[in-house]
Amino acid sequence: MRLGLVIDLDTCVGCHACAVACKEWNTSGTTAPLTDYNPYGAKPSGVWFNRIRHYEIGEYPYNKTVNFPMSCMHCENAECVTVCPTGASHKRPEDGIVLVDQDKCMGCNYCSWACPYGARELDRVSGTMKKCTLCIDRIYDMEIPEEERQPACVLTCPAHARMFGDFDDPESPVSRAVRERGGYQLLPELNYDPTNHYLPPRVHAPIPTEGLKKKAAIKVKEWVNRVIER
Amino acid sequence: MHAALAVIFLTLFSGGGFGLMALIAIINDLHIDGGLSPSQTLIGVLLSLVFVTIGMLSSTAHLANPKNAWRAFTRWRTSWLAREGVFAVSFYPFAIGYLVWVFLTGAPDARIGLTLASIAGLLGLITIFCQGMIYAVLRTIRQWNTPLVPANFYAMGLATGATLLAAIRVITGGNASIFIGLAIALIAAVALLKGIYYFWISRPAGPTIHTATGFNRSTVRLLDQGHTFGTFLTEEFGHILPQEKARSIKVLMYLLAVVVPIIALGVSLGAQSVPAVIVAAVSIVVGLGLERWLFFVEAQHVVNLYHGRQRC
Repeated sequence: MRLGLVIDLDTCVGCHACAVACKEWNTSGTTAPLTDYNPYGAKPSGVWFNRIRHYEIGEYPYNKTVNFPMSCMHCENAECVTVCPTGASHKRPEDGIVLVDQDKCMGCNYCSWACPYGARELDRVSGTMKKCTLCIDRIYDMEIPEEERQPACVLTCPAHARMFGDFDDPESPVSRAVRERGGYQLLPELNYDPTNHYLPPRVHAPIPTEGLKKKAAIKVKEWVNRVIER
Repeated sequence: MHAALAVIFLTLFSGGGFGLMALIAIINDLHIDGGLSPSQTLIGVLLSLVFVTIGMLSSTAHLANPKNAWRAFTRWRTSWLAREGVFAVSFYPFAIGYLVWVFLTGAPDARIGLTLASIAGLLGLITIFCQGMIYAVLRTIRQWNTPLVPANFYAMGLATGATLLAAIRVITGGNASIFIGLAIALIAAVALLKGIYYFWISRPAGPTIHTATGFNRSTVRLLDQGHTFGTFLTEEFGHILPQEKARSIKVLMYLLAVVVPIIALGVSLGAQSVPAVIVAAVSIVVGLGLERWLFFVEAQHVVNLYHGRQRC
């Protein structure tokens, strides 16, 4: 098994709900807590496993905003595991999930240097490295209904922009989405072979905004606006 | 990169200590310039151990959770950091053994003593390689991902060791011309290798914001990084040094690590001047400390592409 996420950049609305759901679940999960520093102070900061960036692609008027969630990619060539001197960082052979054993980590930061995706953050209070667990304490929990055995970020996404599944199964929804939508990996030239894939925005016909014939209703609306203008 | 003083001290001092031990072994093995006297050997090995210990102790200050530091010796099959730890610790029994041997017998060139010294010197050299590889294996930082890094670590460790050895020889009143020549040659090698390194990293290369996001055929601009204030990532990797400032610090570095030590060593070549060799030794350590600071600050991690940088 090779578990991971597919993130649909076409439908992601950039609401940060996945990041909040992640923080909420994992702050009482296996690597809890996700410490906050100075949460009510002037410059709050803290440990998060999932961060959403926002990019502008292209130049006006041919530009587009793309929201870009990023968490651990659970790479096949996980250099963070290779460089770890203590054995705290490990990649599970049965499902490919990369984890940090909180009882073994000595907080040397070396794995975060080796990670190109910024997936690892040091908890300055516990002194250990923390990262996305792919909600390992949800996806194997036999006490909860089967449809809820998914990472918190996937369950909460209101735009269904996140998918969770097994990339080793060519007919799994994630494998099919990657195949059919041209899913890609980030920084492929570094050869980390990340499991998580990103689906590019779909190509839509542009919605014209200039030189349009005005509909009658709009004409009426504009006339009303002029009349009642104060 | 954030330049942590603990990590700067680790490679600066332990590199010099290992270089010193390796040179002591080579000089006594081959009886170069008559070899070192028992007291010179004692001072040299002791200084090497002090330098290595300063480096090792300061490295633990970098750990956020040092109670698990003992586990760092376990993953030597894959991790250069673990290998460094294993070789650095195995250096101690042989170096201390040689120290005790010379102290008890007063014969630094006896066969048993030389065997201990040679093994210690070899382990020290292997440790320097491991220290270089810790940085050189990281594909995420192009300024480090080059074989020039371990090569530079060798040049700097051996040049520091040679300068210390020349200082010991002059202070204890021996003829030091060969040792001073060795030190000047090794410092020149540092200047050259460091020059090649700076030339190498000045060429644009490595990943861009395009491959980082997958949008290869248009401009990509970060609108918002998703957090209002700093995170671990921006604090650890976000540092940037303006080119003008970097250039003037490099000039200062070359002055302290290369020019001043070579002039001071040259002065003591004829005059056997004790203050001059002390100036040379202090200057090279300070200068190479500055070099190590630059090594960190100039390293640009690819994660910066997700915080607005266009290329690294």
